[in-house]
Amino acid sequence: MLRKSLGSRIRVGFVQWIHAFPFIVGGLLLMSVFVLYPLFRNVYISFTEYDVINNQTVQVVGFENYARCFQDPKYHIAFRNTLMYTLITVPGQMFFGLVLACLINAINKGKTLFRIICYLPVITSWVVVSLIFKYLFMSGKAGFVNYTLMQLGVLDKPVAWLQNEWTANIVLWLFGIWKGVGWVMVIYLAALQNIPSSVYEASEIDGAGPIRRFFSITIPMVKNTTNYLLVVLTIGGFGAYIHVMMITEGAPLGTTNQLINYMYNSAFSVYDFGYAAAQAVVIGLIVFVLTLVQRRVSRDQKN
Amino acid sequence: MIKKKSMGRLICYIPLIGFAIMALVPFLYMLATAMTPKAYSMPYPPILFPEELYFDNFLDAWKANHFSRYFLNSLMVSAVATVLILFVSSAGAYAFSRMTFPGRDVLFYLYLFSMMVPTTTNLIPQFLMMRNLHLVDTYVGLLLIYIGIGVPSNTFFLRNFFLNLPKELEEAVMIDGGNRWHIYTRIILPLSRPALGTFAILAFSNVWDEFLIALTMIKTPDKRTLPIALRLFQGQHRNDWGLIFAASLIAVVPVLIIYIVMQKKLIRGGTMSGMLKE
Repeated sequence: MLRKSLGSRIRVGFVQWIHAFPFIVGGLLLMSVFVLYPLFRNVYISFTEYDVINNQTVQVVGFENYARCFQDPKYHIAFRNTLMYTLITVPGQMFFGLVLACLINAINKGKTLFRIICYLPVITSWVVVSLIFKYLFMSGKAGFVNYTLMQLGVLDKPVAWLQNEWTANIVLWLFGIWKGVGWVMVIYLAALQNIPSSVYEASEIDGAGPIRRFFSITIPMVKNTTNYLLVVLTIGGFGAYIHVMMITEGAPLGTTNQLINYMYNSAFSVYDFGYAAAQAVVIGLIVFVLTLVQRRVSRDQKN
Repeated sequence: MIKKKSMGRLICYIPLIGFAIMALVPFLYMLATAMTPKAYSMPYPPILFPEELYFDNFLDAWKANHFSRYFLNSLMVSAVATVLILFVSSAGAYAFSRMTFPGRDVLFYLYLFSMMVPTTTNLIPQFLMMRNLHLVDTYVGLLLIYIGIGVPSNTFFLRNFFLNLPKELEEAVMIDGGNRWHIYTRIILPLSRPALGTFAILAFSNVWDEFLIALTMIKTPDKRTLPIALRLFQGQHRNDWGLIFAASLIAVVPVLIIYIVMQKKLIRGGTMSGMLKE
């Protein structure tokens, strides 16, 4: 191939740009102005003390806002809650999602029906599902969960689920699992359908029972999907907030807050924009690293 | 052997029915409560099946509590956002899949990077920016943010789809003297109608359910979209759960209907772009 002169290459490039420009300009502009620029602005704000009323930077404070994250006990609680929410709901969703997928995969009649039913929580708005959970876990004997558990003899008096730190957190965990299982099921189902049935038949001839087959064939065969789900659900766990805002609002006394709620409150209840921006950067970094891991994982899967 | 296998299948239905009950009971409870007159004080024992066909809560929510208005607001915002997101994204995706120009791949990485930015992280600067532009409490401001957030991922997925479309037809158009705009509007878009449909529904339901940005940007009660209207409604009518759930059902039913009608396509779409969902 002949090397073209620099001048003609620039000319060709310029013409190519003129052709492509009308197609990309809209997206490029919107993305730059509403995603990329805010990202940099947010990092800048995180190093400042920001006066919201007069809409100006008071002073640059360096890493002070980040240092506050380390010292603020309320932030620690939000961090702990986010971590626990993730550590509990991610395996919870994956376990029940996989079991559900295996069960649906094993039956002949009603596959679609069960799939739709179990997918309903996934597609229903977070706000609405949160309202339902709040109502399900109402205190007093007329609350549905209290009533059911008392009828079954598990409880002998009603629990004030949302008024205590740990019972309220349990409600949030249950919410997270209930909302996400259907999605995990759909992803696992797709993976299960890719396992050749000959593998199972061979092991059946060798006399392996269903439980043995589950552990020695199914789990290893869906390993890639498991890795993918692990990262995506962890990102989801760190990003979850609507259920907290709707069900507990952090009550009692901020002990059920999660990172994004706490950030939102710092920004729009206390108007401490600099501190909130620093919190946003921390969450953004965590999610960003997890996303990179996820891309790595899905690339490894393809190879 | 065969008998044993079908027995095993039957046993599978027991836990499956358990799962289905767990998934359905909350919805049933919501429906029954919405159809119960004056559920101010919680009925004891709890009502799981509606005792009569009572629709006054729905009428109350729809008329007296302005949910018809919020419904139209949400419908308008979601529809406009969806159309613009798909228009802008498909045009960009066309350029990224069919044209060469200097810096294309770098730009495309920028799109990938934007996809990874969590929307919650940008809330504060977006709010400040909209305030400087005097766009807080306007749909223009809200829509600009929704479109800006929706474009990178939709461009990415549509580009992948366009790359797999056959190129022969485009060459024919070129020979007939058509330009790129013709190719984009007369070949690429019609050929990708199924993909555009799937992404349109995903974008629509994402905007329909969007909560945090609307909560931050919209101040005037009349301009509320359904999710924030529901939150504030619940704050005001703390104990009137019949009314709250009637309003919730108004907000949920359209999305549910779309999903159930289109479930095959959408569940596959959900697998492909699970990241789009919160």
